[in-house]
Amino acid sequence: MFKRHGLSAFAVVIAAFLSLPVIVIVSYVFQADGALWQHLFETVLNDYLINSLLLLLGVGTGVLVLGVPTAWLTSMCSFPGRRWLSWALLLPLAVPAYIIAYTYTGLLDFAGPVQIWIRELTGLGYGDYWFFEIRSLGGAIVMMSLVLYPYVYLMARAAFLEQSVSSIEVGCSLGYSRWRAMWSLALPMARPAIIAGLSLALMETLADYGTVQYFGVSTFTTGIFRTFYGYGDTAAAAQLAASLLAFVILLVLLERYSRRRARYHSAAESRARADLIPLTGSGAIMAVVACLMPLMFGFIIPAIQLLLWAVFEAEPLGWDFVGLAWNSFSLAFIAAIIAVSLAIILSYAKRTKPIKPVRTVIAMAGFGYALPGTIIAIGVLIPLAWADHGLIALFEGFGWDSPGLLLSGSLVALLFAYTVRFLAVALGSVQSGLEKIKPSLDYAGRSMGYTPLAILRKIHVPLMRSSVLTAILIVFVDVLKELPATLILRPFNFNTMAVRAYELASDERLVDAAPASIMIVLVGLIPVLMLHASIVRRRPH
Amino acid sequence: MRPINTFILSIIAASFLCVTNAQAADIVNVYSARKEALIKPLLDEFSATTSIKVNLITGKADALLKRLQVEGSASPADVFITVDAGRLHRAKQAGVLKPVSLALLEQRIPQALRDSAGYWYGLTLRARPIIYAKQRVQLNELSTYEELASKTWAGRICLRSSQAIYNQSLVAATMDSIGAEATLNWMQGMVNNLAKPPSGGDVDQLKAVAAGVCDATIANTYYLGRLINSSKPAEQAVASNLAVFWPNQSGEGGQGRGAHFNVSGAGMTKYGKHPEQAKALLEYLASDAAQRWYADINNEYPVVAGVGISETLKGFGRYKMDPINLEILGQNNRQAVQLMDRAGWR
Repeated sequence: MFKRHGLSAFAVVIAAFLSLPVIVIVSYVFQADGALWQHLFETVLNDYLINSLLLLLGVGTGVLVLGVPTAWLTSMCSFPGRRWLSWALLLPLAVPAYIIAYTYTGLLDFAGPVQIWIRELTGLGYGDYWFFEIRSLGGAIVMMSLVLYPYVYLMARAAFLEQSVSSIEVGCSLGYSRWRAMWSLALPMARPAIIAGLSLALMETLADYGTVQYFGVSTFTTGIFRTFYGYGDTAAAAQLAASLLAFVILLVLLERYSRRRARYHSAAESRARADLIPLTGSGAIMAVVACLMPLMFGFIIPAIQLLLWAVFEAEPLGWDFVGLAWNSFSLAFIAAIIAVSLAIILSYAKRTKPIKPVRTVIAMAGFGYALPGTIIAIGVLIPLAWADHGLIALFEGFGWDSPGLLLSGSLVALLFAYTVRFLAVALGSVQSGLEKIKPSLDYAGRSMGYTPLAILRKIHVPLMRSSVLTAILIVFVDVLKELPATLILRPFNFNTMAVRAYELASDERLVDAAPASIMIVLVGLIPVLMLHASIVRRRPH
Repeated sequence: MRPINTFILSIIAASFLCVTNAQAADIVNVYSARKEALIKPLLDEFSATTSIKVNLITGKADALLKRLQVEGSASPADVFITVDAGRLHRAKQAGVLKPVSLALLEQRIPQALRDSAGYWYGLTLRARPIIYAKQRVQLNELSTYEELASKTWAGRICLRSSQAIYNQSLVAATMDSIGAEATLNWMQGMVNNLAKPPSGGDVDQLKAVAAGVCDATIANTYYLGRLINSSKPAEQAVASNLAVFWPNQSGEGGQGRGAHFNVSGAGMTKYGKHPEQAKALLEYLASDAAQRWYADINNEYPVVAGVGISETLKGFGRYKMDPINLEILGQNNRQAVQLMDRAGWR
């Protein structure tokens, strides 16, 4: 009996454990402060909702426009520069949204070099000419689209690459043109992956605080922090966060409903080189331009600006940056391994036994991504501190010295928070990889007497290698960039590069924050490049 | 996979060491909402003179406060350092601080700048006057904070968002002096006079004034001080266009209450395990040397009378300070934020 249900039970326990912080936050719903809600409702809530929705709509459109065509071009067509563009397009992933926001503000606002140059050139004063106001809802949409599109790009590209070529060819033999085949076959087949990427980008958008706060855009998330910081009211803040979560759940359900019973399996055959659609002349130029634009604005320009600040203007980094870089790197690496291992176990349990309790708990475990890091951190702190108090009582019961805060005061708390927050990222990638593997392979494995674990190891993991690596990559980079939870939960005398960059930036020393920011980007690049090489190694070039 | 396992295990083991480390004997554990760069040098100096080791976590005030609350009796923290009297008051209300009577601090720090029961002590003063563009503003246009709501200032003001605790405390203090209704009217007037919607920090407002986006703003003086002393020509250029105006210096009642000041301060935690070391640290932070450091490095005014101030601070001129008891800022904070919501101050 245990053998048959062991995996499901294990998965349910893990998922329930990971849902704990979200449950803690949601449980605040029962301590409503009617007066405060009344006030919020009368004054600011409307603004929060409208701005958040517009932001979602804008970023959603932005990441699709930037992510899907580039993924299609680099995986299905051949044109000059395709090979390096296909990895270079990932680079903006390494740039945190708040940092790109600071950087472009430095460049483009009224006191920045661009507008000063315009004023000097034309002799006009401020307000005599029109210029894009970077600190606005529009600005926030552009900034976030530029750094979040790689989620869509990565997932869509992996899906295009893993698509069995035969279905496309069948389409073509039935008289579809190449482009028609893309619209009617490749895109719909890649839909789960594209949606997975899109929902990651949107959840990240909802959870973002740094960018919108700096740009003065009042969103639901700034509202959460206003009630938390301004009113000092954790319960009301948690309730706002819970409503945010309800909204995300609604979106997820809608998407699931629209997919209903459709299944997306494919025979995992690799495609031969000849299948790339050759682009020449203006087609090739357009393809190169389309791929260069997001790279240019999402990475090259901000990176150059940061470098210039770091080299010429900022206070140089001290030697402690080695320690900071190591802290950031090791935390991100461990968190990525933990999150992806758990994601594999969970998705696999769901695949072998897609019963309701398993599916529900797993879905809940993924919702941490939609909540701002600070809120997750509080959700992590409360149960861990509770457990710590239990441990201390136990120790003292035995007459031993109190061990202190073993869980909530150590890196355990941080790693737990990262896993809760970024499990959705890992799940998205792993699940979409797993979905594409035909269940018949599982049956074949089982008929040969393999245990579920052996099937996972010998059949699934090799087949979805690129999905797993993608998951590791994204979690790694996300943790590297993560700030709010790190800030609250880190132990004594422990700093990361993101913390350093934040401290300087929030002290309004943006230029001095540049060296730490550029270090985040550089450390983030290492796995982007390494893993990319590994993902494409088995692919035709 | 094996080296990775070892690697992971060693990291996790190291994480536990971090905890035990915070329990050793001659140490003091600090949770600070002052940024590392603005507190660590002082703590290092303290360690050097007393050989008490300081363990530090920095972060956002309310988040650290929440952590203290959740950790409860097991919290390793001995001292909580934060900016803004409103936050200090909130920490007191949350029950994470312990009242201590420190004769030295009571003698050195004026009564209005510390908690009456000794829950917290103000350590530096931060002024929030009007800062204006020298070239475009006539001195007779400036008089009080309230005056910024008048028609003469239409389209000429920049303000930081109401999300900033500095603005919340300014409003909390104004409420105490002129009443909630008048404060609401004042804020509505200022919001109508805005040249652009609130965004960015204090320095961004200063840059906007210098660039001609608007003519005046309300900002903390240490940001201006930093621009004046900057090694970057662009920042010096910004500073050279700006001047400080101390509002509400004369007049009847609330009008002459003085310019708005706030503190950064510290208190001892309720469950601190190293009270002696914590006391030593608080006393050190109020010493002449530490007080001078704040003034020299971050252009904050010392709380201790008679400590010399930097040339930059002298350059801002003499002022009359709103003598409000800072506890009131904390008490009024929630209502202040609600008023700001109602005034449409984003």
